[in-house]
Amino acid sequence: MKVRKHILTVLIYILLSVWAIMVIFPFYWMLLTSVKSYGSYNSEYVPEFFTLAPTFENFAEAFTAVNLAQYFLNTFIFTVITTAVMLIVIVPAAFAFSRLDFRGKNIVFTLFLALMMIPNELVIITNFQTITDMGLRNTFSGLILPSVTSVFYIYLLKENFEQIPDELYKAAKVDGTSDMKYLLKVMIPICKPTIITIVILKVIECWNSYVWPRLITDDEAYFLVSNGIQEIRENGFGRENIPAMMAAVVVISLPLIVLFIIFRKKIMEGVSRGGTKG
Amino acid sequence: MKIKLEHLTKRFPNRTKNKPDVIAVNDFNIEIPDGKLVGLLGPSGCGKSTALNLISGLETPSEGKIFFDDDDVTDIPPELRGVGLVFQSYALYPHLTVLQNITFPLENLKGNKKLSKEQMRSKAEEAAKLVQIDGLLERKPSELSGGQQQRVAIARALVKRPRVLLLDEPLSNLDARLRLHTREEIRRIQRETGITTVFVTHDQEEAMSISDVIVVMKDGVIQQVDKPQTVYDDPTNLFVAKFLGTPAINVFVGSVKKGRLFIGDDDVLPINGVDDRKVYVGVRPEGFIPDDNGGLKCKLRGVEVMGRDTSIISHHYAFEGESIRAIVSSEDAPDRDSGDIRFSLKPGKVYIFDKETEERIYPASGK
Amino acid sequence: MKKNSFKAWLYLLPAIIFLGVFMLYPLIDVFVYSFEEGYNSASQTYFGTGTYNYEYVLHDPYFMQALRNTFILVIITVPLSTGFALLISLALNSIKKLRMAFQTIYFLPYVTNTLAVGLVFMILFKKTAYSDGLVNILINMFGGESVDFIDGPYWAKMFVLCFYTIWIVLPFKVLILTSALASVSDTYYKAARIDGTSRWRMFTKITLPMISPMIFYLVITGFIGAFKAYSDSVALFGTDLNAAGMNTIVGYIYDMLYGDSGGYPSYASAAAIILFVIVLTITVINLMISKKKVHY
Repeated sequence: MKVRKHILTVLIYILLSVWAIMVIFPFYWMLLTSVKSYGSYNSEYVPEFFTLAPTFENFAEAFTAVNLAQYFLNTFIFTVITTAVMLIVIVPAAFAFSRLDFRGKNIVFTLFLALMMIPNELVIITNFQTITDMGLRNTFSGLILPSVTSVFYIYLLKENFEQIPDELYKAAKVDGTSDMKYLLKVMIPICKPTIITIVILKVIECWNSYVWPRLITDDEAYFLVSNGIQEIRENGFGRENIPAMMAAVVVISLPLIVLFIIFRKKIMEGVSRGGTKG
Repeated sequence: MKIKLEHLTKRFPNRTKNKPDVIAVNDFNIEIPDGKLVGLLGPSGCGKSTALNLISGLETPSEGKIFFDDDDVTDIPPELRGVGLVFQSYALYPHLTVLQNITFPLENLKGNKKLSKEQMRSKAEEAAKLVQIDGLLERKPSELSGGQQQRVAIARALVKRPRVLLLDEPLSNLDARLRLHTREEIRRIQRETGITTVFVTHDQEEAMSISDVIVVMKDGVIQQVDKPQTVYDDPTNLFVAKFLGTPAINVFVGSVKKGRLFIGDDDVLPINGVDDRKVYVGVRPEGFIPDDNGGLKCKLRGVEVMGRDTSIISHHYAFEGESIRAIVSSEDAPDRDSGDIRFSLKPGKVYIFDKETEERIYPASGK
Repeated sequence: MKKNSFKAWLYLLPAIIFLGVFMLYPLIDVFVYSFEEGYNSASQTYFGTGTYNYEYVLHDPYFMQALRNTFILVIITVPLSTGFALLISLALNSIKKLRMAFQTIYFLPYVTNTLAVGLVFMILFKKTAYSDGLVNILINMFGGESVDFIDGPYWAKMFVLCFYTIWIVLPFKVLILTSALASVSDTYYKAARIDGTSRWRMFTKITLPMISPMIFYLVITGFIGAFKAYSDSVALFGTDLNAAGMNTIVGYIYDMLYGDSGGYPSYASAAAIILFVIVLTITVINLMISKKKVHY
């Protein structure tokens, strides 16, 4: 009985380790390849699993041969502005739904919830036309505007706002606090954890977004990292400079991985909460 | 500051459709004298918190008027009324320190009332000193005990020097020992500041112990407004009699016939000035005297010794409820705990209420 | 009250504008587009209304290929990833040491750029003049023949796509199932152990029913997600998916809209609505089954 239990435990650890290797291996491989020199990479018919002569020439190549820095900067600008505008849009909306009483509140909120079910693919066609008609292709506005709204985050924040006891609002009212001040000084600080979660999720979403940027930009000056990677793959470096390609991939992946390592708990918590309620 | 409520009424639409409105506060008329501590007492859902919210201005009345001294404040928003409010849950801002919590109301002052940082701090320290939390100013609410949080809430309410202090069930979230202590504190602070104070509670003992005046409420209607002892000794109706006093008053179904009071068929007391009719008879626990010749014949169920006093638990077929509780001094207690027991009643501890209206008919109102 | 109402609308205004312009209006518009025949995006004119766009799309061999690819992808990846996620979560839940480390590692793919990591997968699977690629070398070690997974036979390409898709979706599913498993109160297991319940019975009679809502949730969202597969395919096979024979429905929509074969928003709209109808139908069926099967 005891032996059987031990065998089971060992099997469980083996299973978990195998999958862990499967997950980590691509990351290891990209890191490894990115520090192999072009020559040594191409001379290995059977690739080495380790290199004793790491080189950073590929990173230099990645930043000089293609506009990686430009893609990076674009993505950074896109992510920051989109996230900021999103906050400006969703915080007041969540506040109105959670704290204020007005006619038609329930109808509007139900409508909002219904919009949560609409897949992006349905609306992206018209958005493409709209942005094109507005002459906003290959601009940051064109990239950002349709990416701002997120009904789900309004919903998440509203739920959180509603958990703040009524008494706090009443206490503030008696002291003559305006709604705006109450929102800024009380609600937002109290709900900071949720807001941070939303920001992180949005940043991940922005950093990885591919479809919309691909539709709306064909000028390299406005490429985001995802499009940049695709561009690199198809036209950059000559198709065969795999180490340089991997160096670019490492550079692109790094910010989010660092973010994940810092905010590991918050991100996992946020995704699982977002997941179960969405 | 004197508070006067005139025909104050608050209706809420019923949650179930097509039902009449809920009247939380029904035609209030009271005058709260300057500098007094008034307890608004009633069971939960009787509208006492709504009444408090009306005074604070958080809710607007459906009808009636509210005066602070001679100013009509009915349509004045809460922040301009000069009220301080303390909640049952304290409602401290969890992300702010004690000091920041206390200065929060001051930061809202505008125009020529605006204060400098130093002025705010000194005012906050003064308020903190008053409630004896001046050593805790840099802590967050989560690092304080319930009693300390309560003090912070009171300090926050007092820092603006309000004309009226309103306390909504301020002691309910504290444990029994702290509750005793804190209510003495509230009394002390109120005396020191002299601010007219209204506090809401469902605990009659709490209300009795610290109020100058008690307002007893039921279903949105004021039942009685009096000094604590008067409310206890001189209840206007069966509800008030039942609500005040621990252990509660014992209520029997009885009748008055030809100048005699009957409980069931037991002839218990002579009664003057009451017409023959069906009545409720209320007897305070201390109104029973074990007496082998007494008129009230009960079944003994048990005896609880409490040191100085003894509770006699018994039952009578005309009793409204589970068991009669009589409190007698220990030497008068029976030395058995079953069988029949007879009581005679102290006339001053017996109240008679009309069976229909439940108004008190005996003793006739002293006023 | 009236003043308050006005203020509330003011707070809502930005959200309403954004949602109106970029969600509500496009939603209506896409239906309009899908029935406008011969729409020309340059001149914004069309010469009739009808179901021609739908007929065209449904007769387009590229669309049929995309449809077939998507269905295969859905049928393979949804059950496999859910089952595998359940297995991993159960394993995770039964250990104490290293649990957090494993959880963290498993979550990594969630935060990585699909396109970027797809490139790594491509290299691992691709057969080039210099090297057969790591995967093929492994296959050779076990005595198998090299296959080009990226430019080779259909089944090989489909295998890589499914594998990559599972790799990408697993973090989310493992996370959700692990927290679902952790939320099943220990008292149930203790009670069951006192009654001498076997491990298997505990799993089928306690664990599974308790987490069944989450499993169904994952199945439903898994279906929806897999039907919308696109960027994984692009990551592996490049943007010209029709040529690679690995296009998906969403890929077809975008190709119709834009790119070398683009400029046909009406066809794209029709395809998008067909996709929407498919997803909606499957979701409704899923919900009906889950109503019957979910135990509480």
